[in-house]
Amino acid sequence: MASHKRIDEVTGAETTGHVWDGDLTELNKPLPRWWLYTFYACIVWAFGYWIVYPAWPTFNGYTKGWFGYSQRDQVAKDAAAAKAAQDKYRTAIAAMPIAEVKKNPELFEFARDGGAAIFGDNCAPCHGRGAQGAVGYPNLNDDDWLWGGDLESIETTITHGARSGDPKTHDTAMPRFGLDKILEPAQINDVANYVRSLSHLDVDAAAASRGSAIFADNCAACHGADAKGNTEIGAPNLTDAIWLYGNSQQAVVHSIETGRGGMMPAWGGRLDPVSIKMVTLYVHSLGGGKPEPKKEEGESEHKDEPHEAPK
Amino acid sequence: MTLMGGPNKFIADKKDDDAPAAKNTAAPSSIYAAHQKIYPKEAHGTFRNVKWAVTAVTLAIYYILPWIRWNRGPSLPDQALLFDFANQRLLIGPIEIWAQEFYYVTGVLVLSALALFLVTAVAGRMWCGYACPQTVWTDLMIAVERFWQGDRNARMRLDQSSWTFEKLWKKSATHLSWMMIAIATGGAFVFYFQDAPTLARELISGTASPVAYTFLGIFTLTTYLLGGMAREQVCIYMCPWPRIQGAMLDHDSLFISYREARGEPRGSHKREQSWEGRGDCVDCKACVSVCPTGIDIRDGAQLACIQCALCIDACDEIMDRVGRPRGLIAYTTMANLDTASVEPRSGWRIVRPRTILYSALIAAVGGLMLWSLLNRADTIVSVAPDRNPLFVTLSNGGLRNGYTVKITNKTETAKSFRISATGVPGAKLQFVEFEGQDPVIDIKPSEVRAVKFFLSIGPGERKELKGDSTPILVTVRDMSTGRETSRATTFSGPGS
Ligand code: SF4
Ligand code: SF4
Repeated sequence: MASHKRIDEVTGAETTGHVWDGDLTELNKPLPRWWLYTFYACIVWAFGYWIVYPAWPTFNGYTKGWFGYSQRDQVAKDAAAAKAAQDKYRTAIAAMPIAEVKKNPELFEFARDGGAAIFGDNCAPCHGRGAQGAVGYPNLNDDDWLWGGDLESIETTITHGARSGDPKTHDTAMPRFGLDKILEPAQINDVANYVRSLSHLDVDAAAASRGSAIFADNCAACHGADAKGNTEIGAPNLTDAIWLYGNSQQAVVHSIETGRGGMMPAWGGRLDPVSIKMVTLYVHSLGGGKPEPKKEEGESEHKDEPHEAPK
Repeated sequence: MTLMGGPNKFIADKKDDDAPAAKNTAAPSSIYAAHQKIYPKEAHGTFRNVKWAVTAVTLAIYYILPWIRWNRGPSLPDQALLFDFANQRLLIGPIEIWAQEFYYVTGVLVLSALALFLVTAVAGRMWCGYACPQTVWTDLMIAVERFWQGDRNARMRLDQSSWTFEKLWKKSATHLSWMMIAIATGGAFVFYFQDAPTLARELISGTASPVAYTFLGIFTLTTYLLGGMAREQVCIYMCPWPRIQGAMLDHDSLFISYREARGEPRGSHKREQSWEGRGDCVDCKACVSVCPTGIDIRDGAQLACIQCALCIDACDEIMDRVGRPRGLIAYTTMANLDTASVEPRSGWRIVRPRTILYSALIAAVGGLMLWSLLNRADTIVSVAPDRNPLFVTLSNGGLRNGYTVKITNKTETAKSFRISATGVPGAKLQFVEFEGQDPVIDIKPSEVRAVKFFLSIGPGERKELKGDSTPILVTVRDMSTGRETSRATTFSGPGS
């Protein structure tokens, strides 16, 4: 370092004494000393921080710090607080029949919002994020219900599932008319034409009229003489515009041959009753929910779920 | 003489060895400089009076503003100006800014910046010299210091003397007063964020929230440190504004300068001496001793000069005494610096492209904000169609779309609304939470309500649709005023 002052000729200011490339010098603009002390203070602060908060990894964990602060504990505390905040609603919902919950705007809002989250976690994998369904998985937005679309029916279906093995599940199933050789392929083709004609789809008129009699003999028992279905036994309405497995001739023939017989798990053992009520209210509010006086509501079509042989 | 270009000239200065200014050559070859304490002498004159007035007004605004009341009904605090974090509102008199309208605050900030630009272009660092909180509080702290310890010379003597009882009590009294001012400052700050009378009671009884005490503490500490201790160090080393403002200045901007052409050659002057062949500066250093940043204005424009005008007062007093015209140090323009005329501001042009531009921008932004403020509806309506699923096929072959209407009631009275939808003939409305097609929807004061509804058409009406997306209009009618707010959205279908 320079032992005496070096002065820059142009500005008259002192330089740091360093010279680069033979002629480049740097003016000395001293920083106030308190800047330096502020820097030292920050270093001291950092040491304090290390002592007080978790900071350093060790071989079998980390330094816990004097305050014993932990983000995990914080999350647990926050979660517990959130749960406590929900408890008053949940207790109230548990204590009343589901139809009453719907009439209480505050509880209904809570149930609907919570139900949406529960739906997303549990039901969306099959029914879709927006409950829009897919082939073989019912769309829950529409007004067509295999097992009834009023609150109590939906609650029952969710609790016990369909063909789930639960003792109280919906376990009626359609016969496998083709696989079990109950009907000849030609007959199946005719009855498929007939069924499709009920929904005003393009059909082979001759085949359809032949199919009419076959329907009366084999299908009307469950689907009704008017083919409007029966939610008591999950027989879909065959006269409407909604077809769970598709409305092409091929798809309908396949349904008759195999009986389909979709399956839905029973949620009774997996979700608590309040959560089931909440998700029921959510599903019911999607637009297709039926009013309470529950005779004569959910007429319907193919609402079952796939890939499980009927019983 | 160096003009705008020499920002750090004060550091390199080597003249005036007896003035305790920021002469950092005292530490040769060190890259850190010890702090040189500055002992500003009291100035008297026009600008000092103006500064006292500005200080009084700005301090009064700061301390009194949160206590002004404004009747806002039962749901919000009755405070005229409140940053209401709990309710996410900014309350300014009759105007209630919601969180989603934060752009008004942005607008105010933009306006403030432009106003600062304009003032700087016209008259230099007016903000620094008169209105900046750092200047105002420092001025206040120096006045307190002067009250307890006396003026410049007395203070210098006191600092040099050994620790006597007198020094002890004078210093203690000064720091105690500073601390009280600091607490009052920090205390006033928190009142802008919570209902002032309530919070005052809580603060005193010890029941206020930890957040309130924390901020009170932070502002107490910063006031004490920055206003009492750091003072000019803040302006010189911490504040970005002195670095930026050079961009707003030009040859016609006012700034405070020693008028070298008139003052030099300087030198002491005896009463009977002639003024021929010499400058008006009598080298009395009155200007240096009053300077709150401890610099010598005669070295030219420099970053450390906050343009407080106290050296003008000091020099004018001397000029009166020696019988020369005032204005050796004066508000002048770069264009005037080279003339020795008595008038320092001849030919000063306020109207010039730069100031016209700043004014036009202020008018544009201000006008836009005023217009939008005046046309601001007290109901906000937004409509979002369901995305998943876009539409639902019904059992009868009809179609259904879902929508969520968000209605915000910004008034302080409960309101009722009705919702209707037009665009698809024969479409029926169905509400999730309400009975019937045309329910009355009540919304509490200052509340947002999301209303979900469905729009369904029968199979026969599908031919009325225009492709897979038919434009529709959702209208929300305020039943008390009849005012209708419509939002365009679409009705989706499968297309063909
Ligand atoms: S106060 Fe005026 S006369 Fe005295 S030194 Fe300063 S500029 Fe010169
Ligand atoms: S030089 Fe003059 S105007 Fe600048 S800060 Fe000092 S007293 Fe104020």
